[in-house]
Amino acid sequence: MSKMTIDDLRRILISCAGESEGDRLSGDILDEEFELLGYDSLALMETVAAVGSEFGVRIEDEQIADLRTPRDVLDLVNDAIAQPN
Amino acid sequence: MNETADMRTYVTGIGLLAPNGLGLERYWEATLEGRTGIDTLSRFDVSRYPVRLAGEIDGFDAAEHLPSRLLPQTDVSTRYALVAADWALADAKIDQDAYTDYEMGVVTSNASGGFEFTHREFDKLWTKGPETVSVYESFAWFYAVNTGQISIRHKLRGPSSALVAEQAGGLDAIGHARRTIKRGTPMVVTGGVDSALDPWGWVSQISSGRLSTATDPHRAYLPFDTHARGYVPGEGGAMLVLEAAHAARARTAPRIHGEIAGYATTFDPPAGSTRPPGLRRAAELALADAGVRPADVDVVFADACGVPELDRAEAQAISAVFGERGVPVTAPKALTGRLYSGGGPVDVATALLSIRDGVIPPTGGTTEVPEDYGIDLVRAVPRSGPVSTALVLARGRWGFNAAVVVRAVPEETA
Repeated sequence: MSKMTIDDLRRILISCAGESEGDRLSGDILDEEFELLGYDSLALMETVAAVGSEFGVRIEDEQIADLRTPRDVLDLVNDAIAQPN
Repeated sequence: MNETADMRTYVTGIGLLAPNGLGLERYWEATLEGRTGIDTLSRFDVSRYPVRLAGEIDGFDAAEHLPSRLLPQTDVSTRYALVAADWALADAKIDQDAYTDYEMGVVTSNASGGFEFTHREFDKLWTKGPETVSVYESFAWFYAVNTGQISIRHKLRGPSSALVAEQAGGLDAIGHARRTIKRGTPMVVTGGVDSALDPWGWVSQISSGRLSTATDPHRAYLPFDTHARGYVPGEGGAMLVLEAAHAARARTAPRIHGEIAGYATTFDPPAGSTRPPGLRRAAELALADAGVRPADVDVVFADACGVPELDRAEAQAISAVFGERGVPVTAPKALTGRLYSGGGPVDVATALLSIRDGVIPPTGGTTEVPEDYGIDLVRAVPRSGPVSTALVLARGRWGFNAAVVVRAVPEETA
């Protein structure tokens, strides 16, 4: 399984939860907090479920609360891809 | 707020989406011209269903009206509700600093919830597994979702609620919004919107046994006609901005459409009871609430179910209150289909337009009304003449009745 990129996350976020107002998703968003990007906890849950099924990793609901930025999601997903079980 | 404050409830904004017109003026034009919104349902292949006609909204692109963030989380019915609320607030021209967030409430009605959205998510549940079901299903299906989404979008944080009473619910929402204003919240967005035209919503509607199986769009829904054979369901509805009269005056509201002068709700006795249905009582109580005599009423907007025994019962209730042929009766919903929670608010909006333009719109394709119904039904063409007071009736399946009195507000007294 290939690694997940920020563009993958951008694409999945938009398809699951819509585009943020004011084009905040373009540019360097790796360390922007989801909340400031306009995505609430439900948007994140929806996105993480889709990320999980596309990249074949399982992310528990409890882990979602700790995901504050796109970098947190990429790290979690790509770590899981690198070390299957 | 002092005791002498004018606590009458004014309508200062209207937003409406109907199958025969997107937006208030387009709907009104179609209604006066007798253009129907009823046609073969196009959302899916209905050729093998016993009921094929619906009042479907055409040409609505949600992305043109709503931000992208709201699209994945909303059923089509909620999109209509949000757009209707946007239009009502724009019509009312409420400045950002007119009210604080806690001075503005939302009271909506919904009869069927987010059917199409839920159908899609249930399909994913059965075919792809529970982890693929949208988290937004948690609220997208829910009767209260329109109140919630409107509240969030416009930061209306005052007393808010949601009412469910099938077709009567939209009038109940307006009645409760008026009550909310009398309790001290100066502005409330209220109304109702429904849509359930996906295959699951469709069979659920068919199961009532009240739908017309006719296939001619002009002859399918004929309320009060000798050939009445059920109703055609539709989608859409209306949202109104209601304001306390003193508050509307204080902010110099640009337009007072009229007053919500009276409201009442009743419930039918159980099946088999010897007591009569509650519609007549609802009408009389609403008139009493408004301080209006039957002789003062210029038009009745009927519930007009299109099921013969229900038409007869309504005609009897109307003649009992107003006397035989004592008042013009109309049912412009014959051109939209029954909109469930949207029906009452659309009728109230239509009554306000009747008052504005001095004309009563006709009842779709209805031509022959049984003599013994004893009602003066406005047919074929609009009837001109001053309208200053209207009674709007609605009945919801399983025994709900509601009535609203709408009254003109002469400019000098606004």
